[in-house]
Amino acid sequence: MSDVHTAHGHGHDHGHGHHDDDHLHAHGSFKDYTIGFILSVILTAIPFWLVMTHAVSPGATKALIVAFAAVQFVVHMVYFLHMNSKSEGGWNMMALILTIILLFIVLSGSIWVMFHMNANMMPNMNNDGGAVHGMHDMQ
Amino acid sequence: MHEQFDLTKLIFGRLSWEAIPFNEPILIGTFIMVALGGIVVLGLLTKYRLWGYLWKEWFTSIDHKKIGIMYMVLGLIMFLRGFADALMMRTQQAFSFGDSHGFFPPHHYDQVFTAHGVIMIFFVAMPFVTGFMNYVVPLQIGARDVAFPFLNNFSFWMTTFGAILVMASLFVGEFARTGWLAYPPLSGILASPDVGVDYYIWSLQVAGVGTLLSGVNLVVTIVKMRAPGMDLMKMPVFTWTALCTNVLIVMAFPILTVTLAMLGMDRLFDTHFFTNELGGNSMMYVNLIWIWGHPEVYILILPAFGIYSEVVATFCNKRLFGYTSMVYATVVIMVLSYLVWLHHFFTMGSGASVNSFFGITTMIISIPTGAKIFNWLFTMYKGRIRYELPMMWTVAFMITFIIGGMTGVMLAVPPADFVLHNSLFLIAHFHNVIIGGVLFGLFAGINFWWPKMFGFKLDRTWGVYSFWLWTIGFWVAFIPPYILGFMGVTRRMSHFDDPSIHWLFQVSLVGTLMIAGGIGCLLVQIFVSIMNRKALADTTGDPWNARTLEWATSSPPPDYNFAFTPVVHDNDAWADMKKNGYQRPLKDFVPIHMPKNTWAGPVIPAISFVMAFGIIWHMWLLVGVSFIAMIATAIYHTFDYKRDYYIPAEEVIRTEAERTRMLEAHV
Amino acid sequence: MSEINAPTVGAAGNTGADISSRYYVREHHPENGTLLGFWIYLMSDCLIFACLFATYAVLGRNYAGGKTGAELFELPTVALNTTFLLISSITYGFAMLAAQKKNVRGTQLWLLVTGIFGLCFLGLELTEFHALIEEGNGPWRSGFLTAFFSLVGTHGLHVTFGIVWLVTMMFQLGKHGITGANYRRLTCLSMFWHFLDVVWIGVFTFVYLMGVLP
Repeated sequence: MSDVHTAHGHGHDHGHGHHDDDHLHAHGSFKDYTIGFILSVILTAIPFWLVMTHAVSPGATKALIVAFAAVQFVVHMVYFLHMNSKSEGGWNMMALILTIILLFIVLSGSIWVMFHMNANMMPNMNNDGGAVHGMHDMQ
Repeated sequence: MHEQFDLTKLIFGRLSWEAIPFNEPILIGTFIMVALGGIVVLGLLTKYRLWGYLWKEWFTSIDHKKIGIMYMVLGLIMFLRGFADALMMRTQQAFSFGDSHGFFPPHHYDQVFTAHGVIMIFFVAMPFVTGFMNYVVPLQIGARDVAFPFLNNFSFWMTTFGAILVMASLFVGEFARTGWLAYPPLSGILASPDVGVDYYIWSLQVAGVGTLLSGVNLVVTIVKMRAPGMDLMKMPVFTWTALCTNVLIVMAFPILTVTLAMLGMDRLFDTHFFTNELGGNSMMYVNLIWIWGHPEVYILILPAFGIYSEVVATFCNKRLFGYTSMVYATVVIMVLSYLVWLHHFFTMGSGASVNSFFGITTMIISIPTGAKIFNWLFTMYKGRIRYELPMMWTVAFMITFIIGGMTGVMLAVPPADFVLHNSLFLIAHFHNVIIGGVLFGLFAGINFWWPKMFGFKLDRTWGVYSFWLWTIGFWVAFIPPYILGFMGVTRRMSHFDDPSIHWLFQVSLVGTLMIAGGIGCLLVQIFVSIMNRKALADTTGDPWNARTLEWATSSPPPDYNFAFTPVVHDNDAWADMKKNGYQRPLKDFVPIHMPKNTWAGPVIPAISFVMAFGIIWHMWLLVGVSFIAMIATAIYHTFDYKRDYYIPAEEVIRTEAERTRMLEAHV
Repeated sequence: MSEINAPTVGAAGNTGADISSRYYVREHHPENGTLLGFWIYLMSDCLIFACLFATYAVLGRNYAGGKTGAELFELPTVALNTTFLLISSITYGFAMLAAQKKNVRGTQLWLLVTGIFGLCFLGLELTEFHALIEEGNGPWRSGFLTAFFSLVGTHGLHVTFGIVWLVTMMFQLGKHGITGANYRRLTCLSMFWHFLDVVWIGVFTFVYLMGVLP
């Protein structure tokens, strides 16, 4: 395990503790970066190919490219960002999970809410009286 | 001639002499008073040669204690401005009936209520809450400072310059007239082409950066810098609420930043995020801003809950009842606060299914808060209660806040909200919970921690006057809006025609004047206490016989907080130490590693203030130059690697010996 | 690490010093929080992109009678851009590996290569933006284009900032070598750079690929 800290004893150069920060933060190896790169290339090429050649139906294509994106996200997290449940005592993982949950809430919540609002409130050529009118919020 | 005209535009943008409101006597009068007062203060500072002292000891300080105090000074000053706005609004509404139109034409009144909301939330409540967390948390966890001391100072100045930008809008240009959340399309470039909304956007963007970084700072501090032995479930409750609050800050403020940036882009670059034409959707703004806005109110209230927990345990001489459930309740509130935002716009037409979901989640979120109230009550039960001021404010909070919370649950029912939305009932509700919850908590905290911060207690008599004027005045001021809201009266009106409701506004004004008296008594309390500080001195560091680690230090604590880092074995670490006969060590002191002061902390935000001012007034040359200056200064600052020093052991020995002397003199 | 005082074993049993010594340590250095702090900041940056993605989801089909994504996006260009960014990710990885071996020159070299690929990415993206604007398809044309330019543009601004940081790091490495502080900074930049690539996965999937599909 390469010791990154130069031996400067207790002459702290930036006010940090005198133990090895690397124990808290994983770092990669040549193998990790190469595997990550190759996997990412594959996981990128296939979605592009699917869309550009119209190989499957649009619905299936959409589902597939989202799936590939999700997998590539994990590949990046593991091989490039060295994400694991141990780094920083588990706080990195917890922060990531909380962020993903909130991301999901912001995205799905906004889409759900705005879809309903658009359906009910946007001026519609065909519909004449079905929507709820006149209660625009001006807060 | 054409060339020269372009150059003027490049330098001055749309800034001209017309920006100064010479035709508004109230503003000119205010400006003259502020200018005179400012000259007096600046003159005194110069006369007593205090500039060097202020710069070295306060403005560039990275000491979390000093930064905490500066935040609270900012909050107090802005509170006076925000309350002045409130007084003006109440006065206007008490007089503006039928033929009388009060003092403010609508375009001015609209700025007053907008400024009132923006200032109170962003430049009073947030700085106070941040100030308390900054001051108290490192002490409570046995640390010497926060994780990123430079960032701490930088965050403070970003907030302050945001406040200065808002204050500048009084005298140069005008403020937004849109309400404190500036909904488009009213806040768009077509309906509000003037600088008001730009002042709003950019002051909040500047301050928002400060708040976000402060959030990161405190989360890392609490995670990484706790004293040995202080597991998460041994942290003081105030630290727990601070942790959840700062997680909320980190996870909510980016949303505000983006949303305001989008509004700014609509205004500057003719984009179509929230416009009515070409594919924009102004409802998206409301949606996004409230995804931020609801966590924001929990950011305000959770630290107050933390303060109450500390106060109740201390003044009932008992361990807090139900520590575990308190922690879980806080975490649950933190998570649930992201699932309720739509209740702020039930009436915007998202339909029954969406409204029902959010109505239910809103009602659910009141449950953990209720659990907390019960825990406080059970702590009080069979405790030996001492009704010092912090405890009095806590009891007032319990009564006031519960009622406000219940009106909130009423509003959570969508059909009821369709009647009450944007009425004075809503106004009464949120003032009820913010004043009863947040503000009373701040008053409790001020009285509780003042001796720790300054070395002497606050005068009890004037504090009690302030307390009664506030608590009674609050109800006199806010019961009328509840009634009026039920009757259907809308918010943000500067004039009414129905004489039968006039008396309710007059009653409300009386209540507001009582509150003004309460604020006056607070100021007198501070003044009297400073005059009397020798008699009120706290020589032991623990004037309340309290329970957490900040009370183990002297009052005020030394720069390094703890000569030796404490080791924690139980909750209420200081109470545990006292119970077991702990005596502070008197020898073998070592040099202590501390961060240095920072010039970049005030300077970079000052440049960002100039840049923001330039953007507001379309002074593009100034914007370009200041942007480059800001980046260059920041990069230059990163080349500074020597940001720390050691306090020599001799100085620690001297400081600790002085404390020993004071403790022995106390007897 | 912190040394906890062992209780004094005195013949007379527990003394005051024994009791008190349980409650403090003479030297304590808290763990450095920079990496966790930067990670948390990145999580907040994630939320900025979440809002931009949400806005794109809501406004992304508001063409206002103008051009659609299918008509405007050139997937081969996007594929090339994605390649640039992906390569820059692995070259940054090589920079980190060089830094672990304390190889200053190697680190600077790989940082430079990363920066060049970053500039290629930006250059191509700016060309794409320029072409769109020239044809009247700028961000002011429709809600869809507003959302597109702001999301992709914000990502590009982050890349720009990253490149400025890369250059600064090259200078700082030259000046101080691979100290603890510099290694920490490199690690932060590493997180930042890879994070931008992660966001780009979202961009090319949800904006470009989905935008072309009906």
